[in-house]
Amino acid sequence: MNRTRSLLSGFTVAFAISLFAILFGIVNGLVNTFDSAFADDASNSIFVQSGMTSKASNGLQAGRRIQFKNEDQAWIKEEFGDKVQYITSRVYLNVVATFRNEKSNYSIRAVNPDHQYLENTKVTYGRYVNESDIKNKTKVVVIGRLVEEDLFLKTTAIGKYINLNGIQYKVVGVFSDDGGDNEERLIYMPISTAQQIYGNNDYVDQINLTYNPEMNFDAAIGFSNLLTKKMKDRFMVSQNDQRAIRVRNLANESKAINQFTFVLGFLVLVIGFGTLIAGIVGISNMMIFIVKERTKEIGIRKALGASPKSIVSIILLESILVTIIAGFVGLVIGMGVVEFAGPFLEKYFIKDPSVSLSIVVGAAITLILAGAIAGYLPAKKASRIKPIVALRDD
Amino acid sequence: MLKINKLHKSYPIGDSSLHVLKGIDLSVEAGEMVAIMGSSGSGKSTLLNIIGMLDEADEGEYILDNVPIKNLTEKKAAIYRNKFLGFIFQSFNLINYKNALDNVALPLYYQGLKRKERIEKGLFHLEKVGLKDWAHHLPNELSGGQKQRVAIARALAADPKLLLADEPTGALDTKTSHEIMDFIQSLNDEGKTILMVTHEEDIASMCKRIVRLKDGVIIEDTFVEQVRASQYV
Repeated sequence: MNRTRSLLSGFTVAFAISLFAILFGIVNGLVNTFDSAFADDASNSIFVQSGMTSKASNGLQAGRRIQFKNEDQAWIKEEFGDKVQYITSRVYLNVVATFRNEKSNYSIRAVNPDHQYLENTKVTYGRYVNESDIKNKTKVVVIGRLVEEDLFLKTTAIGKYINLNGIQYKVVGVFSDDGGDNEERLIYMPISTAQQIYGNNDYVDQINLTYNPEMNFDAAIGFSNLLTKKMKDRFMVSQNDQRAIRVRNLANESKAINQFTFVLGFLVLVIGFGTLIAGIVGISNMMIFIVKERTKEIGIRKALGASPKSIVSIILLESILVTIIAGFVGLVIGMGVVEFAGPFLEKYFIKDPSVSLSIVVGAAITLILAGAIAGYLPAKKASRIKPIVALRDD
Repeated sequence: MLKINKLHKSYPIGDSSLHVLKGIDLSVEAGEMVAIMGSSGSGKSTLLNIIGMLDEADEGEYILDNVPIKNLTEKKAAIYRNKFLGFIFQSFNLINYKNALDNVALPLYYQGLKRKERIEKGLFHLEKVGLKDWAHHLPNELSGGQKQRVAIARALAADPKLLLADEPTGALDTKTSHEIMDFIQSLNDEGKTILMVTHEEDIASMCKRIVRLKDGVIIEDTFVEQVRASQYV
């Protein structure tokens, strides 16, 4: 057995596997970065906002302000039915909040109960805004984790009353949000309460909804296009007016990212497999030499009664063993690099790169197969060696 | 025990062919000890290879222990070699990365014996050749005579009907040759049938029968008075 040769041939396989593990980890890290960028919102979100008309239409002049009302949310739900999963309206307010001696400025979002699912809000204590709040216009708020920290210091906020611009509200819940500090400095209240107290109207600043998650990206994009068209008709806005009604669909972005990560993953597979095939050829080559070196031994074994099958298994086992050892070393190196370099890569949009267990198992199976493929032809060759030729004294 | 009728064998050399064995008739009874002699090119090694099923005859009949040896598949040949034959080679042909015991136990492995049984039988045969204490030594730690004794133990391990020896003393000095021959004679005394190829007259004279080959035919086949190797040891 030639150790140097085994080592060199094994190196190719080890290199292939470590390269694969590193590339896979990087792609995983990129995917994690994208995921966390959208962790704030449900990935099937659609945002509908209004503004000024920029074009004249239906005999109405440009520069008209479009104002959504409660009935518009109800209309969307009625018009599209099952295609809408969750829907909520939003009213934005800015307030000065005080509790005892603490005082600070906060943004308020007055919303419907569905808003919790749209925004991935995690209620840590108490509850969120509910239907009975909407119906009774109760003066309750759900505050962000940082609001509680700012105003209530170390004490718990639930059940206490907070003063917003001179009106007392009861804190019924505290939430956290993956969207970052700004999201956790918000205060949620029932939309009906805000409408009554701060405007005595039924105006709405924005309507957010999620589409039915059973729809694929293309269906979702079709749905939001239709929604845009119908909303423009409803408000007698020109279909070419890009400002009066704006619909933003996260499916557009999700689709692009999905395609991007798919292509990346595919590339990694191609590179990994290409290198692995080079490794297989290398090991196959080495096994041919090994069979040549062990010709005499194979002849002896045959003279002693070794069947062709047992000769095949000797060579095949050696091939698989070399491949697995080399592959395992490569995997450990690759995972080590990913693990070690991971924390330094976050600024390059690679977050928590990792190699999953299923990939490790898949790689192990691939390696056994690769070793078997690499060893098969040389092993067949070895089994055909004639003992009389092998045993001839040179 | 062994019967050969009109055996022919030729090897292709370029466009023509070399007729090596030209009709050999030979019959060996159980318990015999036969030396096959002849100069190089006489066909003696070819004859031994055919008897050892390492090679196949073109024509003629070969019956070993009442089993006609003809058109064997590789698998069948392997089984017959394992069951009927024990080989002793000039260059010992031990597997150099396996210790003496593992070498001896190898034919038993191909018989499908369990590891424990293999070790037991292997040690028994090593003891028989006087090398039990060397069981865990590698071949390159043994002298030539010791290596040949390990090889003999290996040939005996599967308890074959026929021992085939190809110049068993060819690589050994005179003193060691006589020790090995003494041992082979003792095996024959116990009833083993032995067939050996040699070109040394004094080694051949230690057998009970000498078959001389020349140009592919038997020119002489005589029973001789056996010279005991023990007198030289």
